[in-house]
Amino acid sequence: MQESIDSTRLGTNRTGMQTSPALSKEMMDNAQLEPNETSAGLDGQALAEMRAEYVREADPLGSIPPPATAKGALKSGMKMMTCSRPQAFIDKLSERLAYERAGTRLYEAAITKFLEHSEELPGATVSDFTHIRDEEAAHALLIKECIEQLGADPTAQTPSAALVGIETMGILQAVTDPRTSLAHTLHALLAAELVDEAGWETLIALAENMGQKDMAARFREAEQHEQEHIFKVRGWYESLTLESGQLV
Amino acid sequence: MTLALFEDRGTPLDRQRFTWRELVGKPISKLDDDAFTRVRVILMNGIENEAMRFLHAAARFNGELRVPFAEVRRVEHHQATMVNWLLGPDHSPLETTIGYEQVAIEVTAALAQQEPDAYLAQNYRFGLLEDFDHMYRYSALMDRLEGKDSNNILQSYTDVMPGRPTVVEHRAPENDVRRPFDRRTAAPITKMNALTLTASEQQTHNYYLNIGPLFADPVARQLYAEIASIEQQHVTQYESLLDPSQSLLENWLLHEATEVYNYHSCVETETNPRIKAIWERMLSYELGHLHMVAELFKQYERRDPQELVGERLPTPIAFESQRDFVRETLAREVDLRPSGADFVSLEEEPQSSLDYRNHMNSEGSPSEIVADGYAWHPGTELTRQAANF
Ligand SMILES: [Fe+2]
Ligand SMILES: [Fe+2]
Ligand SMILES: [Fe+2]
Ligand SMILES: [Fe+2]
Ligand SMILES: [Fe+2]
Repeated sequence: MQESIDSTRLGTNRTGMQTSPALSKEMMDNAQLEPNETSAGLDGQALAEMRAEYVREADPLGSIPPPATAKGALKSGMKMMTCSRPQAFIDKLSERLAYERAGTRLYEAAITKFLEHSEELPGATVSDFTHIRDEEAAHALLIKECIEQLGADPTAQTPSAALVGIETMGILQAVTDPRTSLAHTLHALLAAELVDEAGWETLIALAENMGQKDMAARFREAEQHEQEHIFKVRGWYESLTLESGQLV
Repeated sequence: MTLALFEDRGTPLDRQRFTWRELVGKPISKLDDDAFTRVRVILMNGIENEAMRFLHAAARFNGELRVPFAEVRRVEHHQATMVNWLLGPDHSPLETTIGYEQVAIEVTAALAQQEPDAYLAQNYRFGLLEDFDHMYRYSALMDRLEGKDSNNILQSYTDVMPGRPTVVEHRAPENDVRRPFDRRTAAPITKMNALTLTASEQQTHNYYLNIGPLFADPVARQLYAEIASIEQQHVTQYESLLDPSQSLLENWLLHEATEVYNYHSCVETETNPRIKAIWERMLSYELGHLHMVAELFKQYERRDPQELVGERLPTPIAFESQRDFVRETLAREVDLRPSGADFVSLEEEPQSSLDYRNHMNSEGSPSEIVADGYAWHPGTELTRQAANF
């Protein structure tokens, strides 16, 4: 089984030009060293134009469902009178719900990785990881409860919720790949946690604007957890990475 | 409403043109469009791929018709592109997979009920219960890998629960080969149903083979490897229902009629006006193909195309939830097993299938592992409990 330092060993990496000087020289025979004066492509304008046309015509990813019950509508109407568009809040709550659920599964995969490599990280125990995993799961439940309180549907996938699924696909791939080291895994987790924490910050501000003081207080507690996650994951990641720079 | 096949001559082949811009239009909305719009998009991509693959294979067995094959095939290819590009890029491979299995369940169930031949209908109900189980396994994977609820894609039209367990779907090849319909006596709808399901399963098989290796997670990689293998069996089953004595041109005519029938069914049921306009355009193109091939058929075989495909199209495919039918079928037929071309009880399953699958499963079963103790729950397993702070 490989260890984190194995991912920084010298080996037969063939991707660079310097691997095969003769072939690289032949490649250069055909390479245009001077940019073609007449080509307008270099400034990226043609690509940008095609993209811009699609951006101008694009439909949105989707919408936010209206509260299903009259009771729910009334509740959300009453509680959010200060805000003209409560659905923006619902959308962000759904985003956090999706993120925390995905985060729970992400940590489950990371725990497997850790258990197979735990000797590399003497400063951490499996309960450090399961603790974070459980907090992500608890955050998901907290958000679900809040969405229900507002009379909205916690099972709906709103545009922001769908989007975080897309954003985090690469992170999930990095963590679940059996070939990635513990250090790689922690790097991916750190990316996830940094965005996670930023998400809670926004949500707290939104809750306050909506006059949802109780929710804002509960969210602040969750954000506190996220700061601890970042602190721990960053610490593990840095210690492993710095260590691999010192070993021979 | 049924369509008179030979009244409207459709768009002539030389006017069936596209630009890249047209091929790459606006996709459907994963969140706002009806799940059956996605079902139609996936199914029609399968139908177009079958049309294209058939014409490629045909060209290897016939020199004389290679130019007309190539002309029509080019259009089939671009139709496939235009249709498949309707799937929005926010569909992850796993979400699209859920869509594929929804097609396999809902369309197979609809065709099983409209199929007049009892033996073919039995085959459809048999395959249906296997794809039904795939839905359950993939839903478990989606929940446990990505923390997502497959019902966001299914929109509550399709149940998520075990069917005939995937672990026992693996069988010796000889038990996947069925008896074909008789081209001389089978109703046009029988021929079109068999071809539609062959097309749909074939694209599912190809899709799983292509996307399986995109996953980093070993459980996902194994699950796709396992279910792709069943889809390969399904293609074997469904294509063995097609009468091999149909001539090449007869087969081509059947393909075009099947495309017409499927697009017409889409036109009749589509709820998104922008997508409906695409189905209408494609229907007109297929009528063009049908008439061109009908002329070739008359010229080469000196027979009346109407004898083969009938005068009017059958009633459109019912693109709607078949929940009750699926539940009844599950209750009654989950324990059926194939023995050669026949269906027998659990105890009578041939030893060849048992031997084959015991070996395949001997180092562990991904479909069992991924769904161990899994029960679908709204909003994923993770939201079952109450918040504890
Ligand atoms: Fe979190
Ligand atoms: Fe076509
Ligand atoms: Fe399937
Ligand atoms: Fe299938
Ligand atoms: Fe066609």
